[in-house]
Amino acid sequence: MSKRPTKLKDISKNTERLHTILSGDLPPLPYPYEDWEDKPISEIPESKRKGKDISLDGVMNLSVPIPKTEGEKAEMVAKFLSGLRKLLTQENNWTFLEPFLLSLDNCVKCNTCSEACPIFEMSGRAEIYRPLFRSDILRRIIKKYLSPTGKLTAKFTGADIDLNWETVARLAQLSYRCTLCRRCAQACPMGVDNGLITREIRKLFSQELGIAPAELHKEGTVKQLSTGSSTGISPVALMDLFEFMEEDITDRTGMNIKIPFDKPNADILLLHNAGEFLSWPENIEAFAIIFEMAGINWTLSSELVGYDSVNYGLFYDDIQLARVTLKHAEIAKKLGVKKVVIGECGHAHKAIMAIGDRIWLDGVNIPRESCFATLEDLILNERIMIDPERNNFPVTLHDPCNITRSMGIIQPQRNIIKKICPQFREMTPHGVNNYCCGGGSGFAIMQSNNFPDWRYQVSGRKKFAQLLNAFTKEEIDSKTNKYVCAPCSNCKGQIRDLLTYYDAWDKVRLLYGGLVELIVNGMTDVREGFLEWEFH
Amino acid sequence: MIIFLTYFSLLIAFVAIVAKVFKYITTPEHLRWELYPVPHEKGRSKYGGSYFEELDWWSKPRRTDMFNELKEMAEEIFLLKGVYRNNKRVWKSSFPFHIGMYLSIGWLVLLLIGAVLEGNGIAVSSSAGVIGRVIYFATLIFGYSGLILTGIGAFGLFLWRISNSEQRIYNAPADYINLILFDIVILISLISHFTVDSGFSIIRGYVHSLLTFSTVKSIPGIMELEIVLISLLIMYIPLGRMSHFVAKYFLYHSVRWNDEPNERGSKIEKSLMKLLQSKVGWSAPHIQTEKPWIELVKETGDEQKTD
Ligand code: SF4
Ligand code: SF4
Repeated sequence: MSKRPTKLKDISKNTERLHTILSGDLPPLPYPYEDWEDKPISEIPESKRKGKDISLDGVMNLSVPIPKTEGEKAEMVAKFLSGLRKLLTQENNWTFLEPFLLSLDNCVKCNTCSEACPIFEMSGRAEIYRPLFRSDILRRIIKKYLSPTGKLTAKFTGADIDLNWETVARLAQLSYRCTLCRRCAQACPMGVDNGLITREIRKLFSQELGIAPAELHKEGTVKQLSTGSSTGISPVALMDLFEFMEEDITDRTGMNIKIPFDKPNADILLLHNAGEFLSWPENIEAFAIIFEMAGINWTLSSELVGYDSVNYGLFYDDIQLARVTLKHAEIAKKLGVKKVVIGECGHAHKAIMAIGDRIWLDGVNIPRESCFATLEDLILNERIMIDPERNNFPVTLHDPCNITRSMGIIQPQRNIIKKICPQFREMTPHGVNNYCCGGGSGFAIMQSNNFPDWRYQVSGRKKFAQLLNAFTKEEIDSKTNKYVCAPCSNCKGQIRDLLTYYDAWDKVRLLYGGLVELIVNGMTDVREGFLEWEFH
Repeated sequence: MIIFLTYFSLLIAFVAIVAKVFKYITTPEHLRWELYPVPHEKGRSKYGGSYFEELDWWSKPRRTDMFNELKEMAEEIFLLKGVYRNNKRVWKSSFPFHIGMYLSIGWLVLLLIGAVLEGNGIAVSSSAGVIGRVIYFATLIFGYSGLILTGIGAFGLFLWRISNSEQRIYNAPADYINLILFDIVILISLISHFTVDSGFSIIRGYVHSLLTFSTVKSIPGIMELEIVLISLLIMYIPLGRMSHFVAKYFLYHSVRWNDEPNERGSKIEKSLMKLLQSKVGWSAPHIQTEKPWIELVKETGDEQKTD
C-alpha cells in the first residue's frame, strides 16, 4: 500500500483498498501504555467476506454486496442517485431537510473540524477519516450529478468525482466510520454538522438501498419491533429476569424489593436499555432500590418494546426511528403515567426527549425527563441518605455525547457525583466538550468481523487515553481500585470492551459501571458493598 | 453603459440573496437537532446546559437570556469567535477579511448617504458644513481601511489555501479564483482612488447617477474599470459560497440553537401533523412506498430483507 495521500477522487478508483491502518501510524497512548503494541487489524478472509466489499479500509461492519454484472453496477449507482434526490425533497425528508441543506451549503473548507474529530486524530490523521472527506465527496456528487450545470462546471467547482459502484460502496462504509458524536460540528465556525451529513448518508442507504448494519436493522429495530427487544428478550423471558433481579437484590442487600411493572397511572414509567437486563442487571436493581427507598410511585413496562428504550433508528433510519419512538409513546399513554423517565442510556434520552419532541404529538405528548434530573432531586434534597465515605476511591465521569452535546444535560450527574464521591476526577475535556467513547452511533454493539479491532484501536483510542489521564500517576501506580462512571448503556459496553482489550483492570485497576450503582453503594439504608470490584 | 451593468449586478445580487433566504425559509419543520452550548439558556449556556437538566422541566417557565444570544452573535459576526477559538491560523486572515468587508459595505452606504446629501444641495467635502465633513471623512476612513483590510485578508487566505498541503485537496479552482478576484478588484480600486479620485467625489457622483437614473458624467478609464469590477463582484458574491452569511444565520437559529419545545396544540405541532400526511417515496424493503408517514410509522414494516 503506497503512502501517497488519499485524494477525494480516489474514492471512485478501482483499487483493492483505499487505506490500510497500520499499528505504527496510530498515536501513542499515555502512561503506562507508552509501549503498548496494538495487534494489526485482522484481515477478513475471502471465505468470510462472501462477495462483500471492503475496499475502503479492509474493515467490515456493513455488508455491501459487490455487484457482479455491469447491469448490477449501474443499478446500484441509479438507486444511490434516486435516494440522493429523495434526501433533497420535502416529502421524503422533511425530518432533516433544512439542517441537511444548510450543512451542505455552508462549508468553507477550512478544516477546523478535523482537529476536533477523535477518529481522524487517533487514526494517525488518515485522510479518509477526516470529517470533511466524507461530506465533501457527497457535496461534489450532488453538485455534479444533481445540478443542471454540474457536469459543465465540475472542474471549476471541484465537483469532478466519478460516481461508480466503487464510490457508492465506499461511501456507504465511510458513513460507518464516524460515531455521529458531533464534536466536529461544535468546532465548526460555520455551524456545519458533518455528523448529520454522515447520518443522512446512512439514511439514504437504509431507506433506499436497504443497506444497513445487521446489528442496527435486522437484529436491531426490526427485532425490537417484532419481538420486543433487540436483545431478543421476550415478555416471558422478562418475567424470569425480574424474578432473578429481585433475588439478586436480596442477596446483595438483604432487602426484599418487588420490581413493579405495568402499574397503571404511576407517577413514573422508567424506560431502561434492555442491554442492562442481560449485561448489567445491577443497574436496574440499583434504580429499583433507589426509587423504592425514596417512596416513588413508579413502574416498568412489560409490553413489547416497552421494556427496551433503545432506538437504533436514531443512528440510521428515520422511519424506524419514528416507529420505535411512537411505540414508546403509545405504551406510556396506555399506562396513564404522569411522566416517562429515561434510565442510563444516552441515545434513548435523545430519541425519546429531543427527537421525540417532534414525534410524540397530540395525545401522546407525555412529559419526559432524564433520570439524572430525577436522581439529582432525590440526592440533593436528601430523600435518600448517602455516606460518601463508602465511595472513597478515585472516580471519573464519562459524558455520553447524546446526553451532553446534543441535549445539554451536564450538571445533574456531576452534582450527584460530587456529593457522593469524595475523590471525583474530571476528564479533560469534559461536559459539553467531551470525547465520544468510540462506541457511538451503534458501534458499541457491533461485534462482527474485524470491526471490534478498529473500534478499540481507532474510535475508542482517544477515550482510553482520556481515562488514563483522568487519574494521577500515583493513582495509576498504586493500583488502587478506580471507577469509570459511564452512565449510558452503549458507552458502558464500549468502555468494558476497551478496558478488556487494553487489559486495564489487571494492569491499572480500572473498573467501570453506571451512576446508580455508585449511589446505592453509598446509601446508608443499604448494606455496605453493593459495588463488587469484579470485572465483567 | 457601465451604469446598466451596475444595475444588473445589483438586481442579480438581490435576487440571489432573496432566493437563498426563500430556499431555507420554505423548508418544513424538522426534527430537533440542536447542539450545545445554546447561548439563550439562562445561567446554563456557560457550561452548555439546557432546560432538560431540570426536574419536571415542562412545568416550569423557560428561562431564556436573549441578551447573551445577541452577545454571542455579535462576537461571532464582529470577532469571528468560533474561528478564533478553533483555528487561529485561519482567523489571522479571515478576521481582517471580514472586518474589511464590513467597512467596505459601510463605505458603500456612506457613498450613498453622501450622494443623497449632494442631491439635496448639501456639499460633501473636507471644507463643507459639519454633516458634509463628517460624511466626507467617514467615507475616507471606511473606504481605504475597508479596501486595504479586505485585500490583506483575501491575500492571507489565498496563501493559506495554497501553502497548506492538508488543505489543498479540498480546494476547488473556484476557491482560489474568488480570492484572487477580490485582490484584483481591490488593487484596481486603490490605484484608481490614489491616482484620480482620492476623496471619492467622482464615485459619489456615480452613485448619485445610479440613484437618480441620470446620465453618468465622464469618468476616468481606470475608474470605469474599477466600477465594472466592483459590479461583477457584487453579482458574483451571492452566487457562490461567499454569501455563507445567509445559511449561517439559519444554521444557528433554525438548527443549532433551536431548542423550542413542542407543546400540545402549538404551531409546531400543527405543521408536523400536516407533514405526517405527506407520502413517503423511499423504496427499501421495510418501507411501504407511497403510504403517508403517519400510517407508515404506525406499522412495523414488511418482512425485512435489509441486512
Ligand atoms: S465543516 Fe466547518 S470546520 Fe469543517 S471545513 Fe467545513 S466550514 Fe470548516
Ligand atoms: S461526528 Fe464525531 S466522529 Fe464523526 S466526523 Fe464529527 S467528530 Fe468525527
